[in-house]
Amino acid sequence: MGKFRKILFTLIAFLIANIGFAQDAEMADAMRSNGKIYVVVGIILIILLGLILYLFSMDRKLSKLEKELDKLG
Amino acid sequence: MEKHWWKIVGVLLLVYIHIGGMFIEVPRLNILNETARALYFHVPMWFTMILLYGYSVYYSIQYLRNPISDYDLKSMQFAHVGTAFGILGILTGMLWANYTWGTPWHGDPKQNGAAIALLVYLAYFVLRGSLDNEEQRGRLSAVYNIFAFAAMIPLIFIIPRMTDSMHPGNGGNPGFNAYDLDSRMRMIFYPAVIGWFLIGLWIVSLRVRSKKIQERLFDLEDGKI
Repeated sequence: MGKFRKILFTLIAFLIANIGFAQDAEMADAMRSNGKIYVVVGIILIILLGLILYLFSMDRKLSKLEKELDKLG
Repeated sequence: MEKHWWKIVGVLLLVYIHIGGMFIEVPRLNILNETARALYFHVPMWFTMILLYGYSVYYSIQYLRNPISDYDLKSMQFAHVGTAFGILGILTGMLWANYTWGTPWHGDPKQNGAAIALLVYLAYFVLRGSLDNEEQRGRLSAVYNIFAFAAMIPLIFIIPRMTDSMHPGNGGNPGFNAYDLDSRMRMIFYPAVIGWFLIGLWIVSLRVRSKKIQERLFDLEDGKI
């Protein structure tokens, strides 16, 4: 019963979506249903977080330099 | 940790938009298809650039009112990071245009205007590099920076709206109005602008601090001689 309701709900959702936009443009539905979009999200997150970590490490290095300069006077 | 909270807010916003931007539904439109998502990444580059340039002009005006080298330094670094975001905006726009307009450089007034605006800003750095006297450099580049900002606004926002443009939101093209009204896209777009702006501020602060360390080192060396 649960499965049937799910399928029915999906069909209705698709119908509404198609009426709503009235355009049957090609979208990456298959890619998402295969789960492969997660790979892309993972890749961009790795790049983003890598660059952010880089920024944090630069921030730390500058703080260290500032402290050392403070000691010098 | 207390003074780092805004950096963490920026990082969290970017993580949110990178996940949400890929998953949340976008309007189904031909030609654009899934590239509509590029709006979340391409447009915030320009918004960040303009905000950073705005700060740059603010510090230029402050410098002209009161010539403290700190203002000149900040004005320069804001313009520098702003230009970096502008270059990213041009590059992402070219990639997007290649798949929706058919060619990376369409000669669209918005594209040309943005390119000219960036060149105007590049001239700012040439001007700075060509002057040795600190006060003269500060004064001239502050005046030029105000001019550059005043030139950028019509180049990017006014001229493309007065002529025909393929770029959404410009001449004769209602473009993104369909999306602008889409509250789902707004929920990603505005956080993206804030997130990238905070990251831009962070990069500026790093550059300002490294320059100040350099200056202090020079002062120390001078003191020893």
